Amino acid sequence: MFRGLIICIYMIVLFFLISASPAFAGEQAVTSGAASQMPWWAWPLILFVVTFFLGIVAVLGGVGGGTLFVPIIGGFFPFHLDFVRGAGLLVALAGALAAGPGLLKKGMADLRLAVPVALIASACAIVGAMIGLALPTNFIQTALGATVIGIVIIMIVAKKSEYPDVKQADALSTALRINGVYHEATTGQDINWKIHRTPYGLATFILIGVMAGMFGIGAGWANVPVLNLMMGAPLKVSVATSKFLLSITDTSAAWIYINNGAVLPMVVVPSIIGIMLGSIVGVRILAKTKPAAIRYIVIIMLFLAGSRALLKGLGIWN
Amino acid sequence: MESKLKASEEQVAYAKILDKGMKAGLLMLIITFIIYMIGLLPSYIPVDDLSKYWGMPVHEYLEHTKIHPGWAWLNMLNKSDFLNFVGIAFLAGVTMICYIAIIPILFKKKDTVYGIIAIIEVLVLALAASGILSAGGH
Repeated sequence: MFRGLIICIYMIVLFFLISASPAFAGEQAVTSGAASQMPWWAWPLILFVVTFFLGIVAVLGGVGGGTLFVPIIGGFFPFHLDFVRGAGLLVALAGALAAGPGLLKKGMADLRLAVPVALIASACAIVGAMIGLALPTNFIQTALGATVIGIVIIMIVAKKSEYPDVKQADALSTALRINGVYHEATTGQDINWKIHRTPYGLATFILIGVMAGMFGIGAGWANVPVLNLMMGAPLKVSVATSKFLLSITDTSAAWIYINNGAVLPMVVVPSIIGIMLGSIVGVRILAKTKPAAIRYIVIIMLFLAGSRALLKGLGIWN
Repeated sequence: MESKLKASEEQVAYAKILDKGMKAGLLMLIITFIIYMIGLLPSYIPVDDLSKYWGMPVHEYLEHTKIHPGWAWLNMLNKSDFLNFVGIAFLAGVTMICYIAIIPILFKKKDTVYGIIAIIEVLVLALAASGILSAGGH
């Protein structure tokens, strides 16, 4: 029944996308390399406005800005996917750098948990970035669309565990002394935590690193389930460590994009400023709204953008 | 179990450098972008022509604009579009600085394994930043 519902939603959205396609007819000429009819400053300005709203929605929906940025900007803006991925990594990096100090100082993000994971993820992100820049755009576009739709499915079906039951820490995490105590402000309790299945978790970060580098979408959507459900870190520690982790993973991939020329300041800077300002507003709105409803909007937005990327990659909607 | 209610010494040191580095990087990014926008310095690619290039794959863009990838931008800091790379590169370099700062703390605490992991991480990031690794282009 669930699968039927997903297919049904997919068909409705595809119909919506295809019927809306004339609205983007003018954009396609630009995408193929011709100059836009609009003044040069129009697209960066629209980019700033859109990323401002993405920043708000990302905070309210509990997703990383990079995850929303690449499929949406890549699907509906005239910039080539190479530059969008480069900007996406820098957007995710800037967000992670901004959040990192606070999360580390409060002890929510754990450096001992992050350091070994980051080494694997950042090394693999370099490989992913090189693969991403070497493969044909259509292939990357298709794979990006499939990945984003996969993220949507993960967001719908993945469970979360506030305090996973870790009966015994495994040998590797014991040797590396990956454990901790954090203060849960809502209950006033100090939560002791340890992790298990560390070798499997670290192995999974090989794939996460490659995907983060290849698509430039950050990797919070994958980090959190692995740290929380597979390795057994408490949810808040997983979310905070994941956010901090992005500052390391995305750094290595971002350098590959920078050194290969895939970074345009006119795309990067308005995006970073827009999404950061949006995040600040989003945090304020978060106190007054129901995030559950926003989460559905994020899921629909990602689904639309993922479908667009998939159709673009397959040559169905160019 | 060692109490971790307080963040460890290396974690606090990392956080402090990250905080300062992130703020400095963002400030550089904003200042250099303002210089670019108001035309205080000439840009290598005229802003009016940008829309001709941003829809191209990166290798085509480099070919058409005759821009050399890697660290060649350091020689073009008199052009406002390349001046933006100061802030971008600084933001991308902050993590490396943080790691370098915690290595002595880790070894002082005889946390040799993490000290070695931190050194390898710095090497990985330095390799990525070096420009040695170039993608094939498509």
